[in-house]
Amino acid sequence: MVDELTDVLISKHHPMDKLLRQDRLPHIWCSGCGLGTVLTCFVSALEKLDLDMDQVVVVSGIGCTGRAAGYLNLDGFHTTHGRAIPFATGLKLGNPELKVVVISGDGDLMAIGGNHFIHAARRNMDLTVICVNNFNYGMTSGQLAPTTPTNARTSTSPYGNAEHPFNVPYLAAATGATYVARWTVLHVRRLERSIIEAMNKRGFSVVEVISPCPTYYGRWNKMGSALEQMKYYHDKSTIRHWSDPAQADIGLEGQIIVGRFVDIDKPTFCDLLQGADQ
Amino acid sequence: MGRRRVSNNGILQGSFFMDGDTACAEGAICAGCRFFGGYPITPATEIAERMARRLPQVGGTYIQMEDEIASISAVLGASWAGTRAMTATSGPGFSLMMENLGLGIITETPCVLVNVQRGGPSTGMPTLVGQGDMMQARWGSHGPYETIALSPGSPQELFDLTIRAFNLAEKYRTPVLVMTDEAVGHMTERVVIPPLEEIEYYARRKPQVPPNGYLPYRPDPDGVPPMACAGEGYRIHVTGLTHNEKGYPDTVSVETQQKLVERLIRKIRANQDDIIELREDQVEEADVVVVAYGISARTAARPVRMAREMGLKVGLLKLVTVWPFAEERIRELAPKVEGFVVPEINMGQIAQEVERCAGGQAQTILVPHAGGGLHHPNDVLEAIKRVTSPQSTSAETSP
Amino acid sequence: MKLWRKPLDQDRVVVPRGEIHLIVERCKGCQLCATYCPRDVLEMSSLFNTRGYHPPQVRNARRCLVCGLCTMLCPEFAIYVEEVGHDQ
Repeated sequence: MVDELTDVLISKHHPMDKLLRQDRLPHIWCSGCGLGTVLTCFVSALEKLDLDMDQVVVVSGIGCTGRAAGYLNLDGFHTTHGRAIPFATGLKLGNPELKVVVISGDGDLMAIGGNHFIHAARRNMDLTVICVNNFNYGMTSGQLAPTTPTNARTSTSPYGNAEHPFNVPYLAAATGATYVARWTVLHVRRLERSIIEAMNKRGFSVVEVISPCPTYYGRWNKMGSALEQMKYYHDKSTIRHWSDPAQADIGLEGQIIVGRFVDIDKPTFCDLLQGADQ
Repeated sequence: MGRRRVSNNGILQGSFFMDGDTACAEGAICAGCRFFGGYPITPATEIAERMARRLPQVGGTYIQMEDEIASISAVLGASWAGTRAMTATSGPGFSLMMENLGLGIITETPCVLVNVQRGGPSTGMPTLVGQGDMMQARWGSHGPYETIALSPGSPQELFDLTIRAFNLAEKYRTPVLVMTDEAVGHMTERVVIPPLEEIEYYARRKPQVPPNGYLPYRPDPDGVPPMACAGEGYRIHVTGLTHNEKGYPDTVSVETQQKLVERLIRKIRANQDDIIELREDQVEEADVVVVAYGISARTAARPVRMAREMGLKVGLLKLVTVWPFAEERIRELAPKVEGFVVPEINMGQIAQEVERCAGGQAQTILVPHAGGGLHHPNDVLEAIKRVTSPQSTSAETSP
Repeated sequence: MKLWRKPLDQDRVVVPRGEIHLIVERCKGCQLCATYCPRDVLEMSSLFNTRGYHPPQVRNARRCLVCGLCTMLCPEFAIYVEEVGHDQ
């Protein structure tokens, strides 16, 4: 029946498959979820990076984004909730040759793992963190996250969120990250470029990706279809490179400031450790 | 400081006067530990301090993490990077580590976790001794599993058992707990560090097949799978979810869960003859056997001697390995003895195990201590006398 | 393409032509590819894959310039473009 698709060549394999665990596809993420696109951008960035893929390790926590490590044909670790960063810290210090990337969600990294995030940033641990922010806990059916905008509804804020959310780039910059960027999933080229820059950066680099969760957050906040939600984030985005991340708060409505906010050089934890040993 | 020699590789050798915590750190270094992630906590801080000073001298890495949860997570990560890794803590930190201890167990990550026990619950008595975490060591993380816990009673034993803990961790691919206590950790005594070549070193079992034929969780006949680490080209996937032999999550299959959990438990239980270490003193001919571990085994020596001087036939069974529990040995002794006396610095934990294994064939008398000090010899002696006096028949394990 | 003047380098510019490949069973019908194709090459079909989603199909094959946006946007690794020659 699919043979009837007009002008389409039916394939079994995708050019990116060599970096994917094909036997685990299709993945568990919902139709219209932005996570798959983040993974595509990550794989595309890997293809452009001059790295030995045997030395690239992906660590995830728990949640929808936490499943990312399991779809990549790399050494991958799916750890406990919130603990991806300290686990990654151990990997990096155990074998400094490894290129360690943490891919996890806003709930995992900012709530239960918030302390680890700020301390890894403070130490300038040589890690890249890709924080996919869909403003809620998607895996457990859409509860309040520390990134949920004020007044937004979730299953555990049915009357509207009474809290102020974390501004991820501001938090990362304030606590010492050497590279900070934010994009939405529709900024595929820019996101890919930021992932490349972040992975080439020595030190703690953070890329926040705004992603729709049409199944829960979108539905609770009447944002329409997945496509409409994605388009909404993209349309509301204003690229403002090198602007003050303190101004990059995300509200329930209003603009979303994206771009590269921080790109600085300073000694990493390993640099200082080696210096101290001598 | 006695005959001391620091070899070129930074490893100590000779006879030293050091406290238990320091001996623990030196044992770890001799065992090949090259990563320590920790967080200061009384009375385990000296282990972290010693490691912070010593690890850079032997090419290792010390990092003070932001809390104990981060510490154990970093230790697991370092182990997967191919390093021998450890952390050390006490009660409150041990509680924080429980979730990731479970991650270490299900992902079969070799590492060593030292708990220098103090008086609890909660912040309790930070500077004073306790043995209240023994059941937490066994059951503290959620879900069904089996664990290995060793209990040293002197600085020298803490040195020796830390080395053993690393070797057991590698051999059975599991976190191993060294359940020491404040009294041992802060006790300063002679510690002999043998030449490095005389120290046992169990190397990590590596896969013998190329990456495309490797199943990360397919066990060898003894139930332990060979371990490929990150960066070795095996492209492993490691998850805390229930997983199949490939390491892939399979969270809806009862069969996969059963197969995994059974193997995790079997690889310890089936090898318990190798894991369980007991020290027995006149147990065979005894009417009363004092079962103790850690510092309590040491303090039990005096009441045992006093009882023998009174003409009682008393043996001392020291549990060097507390978990897995020496079930077979207690079952074997139960019909031959009148009773077991279990002094421990808690309100009855291992005593319950002894009573369970005695199965009503011999009485079990707990000598509890709420913590903060050691048993008075008379308390243990009284319990021994109670077993042998005719009016006492029923088992008593509640305080 | 209709040009208001002849570009100076027109003889050197080649316009690549692409072919759309689809791994049908991976598609979850999110419509990203069809919506964001800058050349309107794709449209959603009315057919179902075995998982019950509508995969995309090609509306105007000749318009594809192999920009690769569909490949990058697809969350499912289900679509990609291959260059097959070019127009002068």
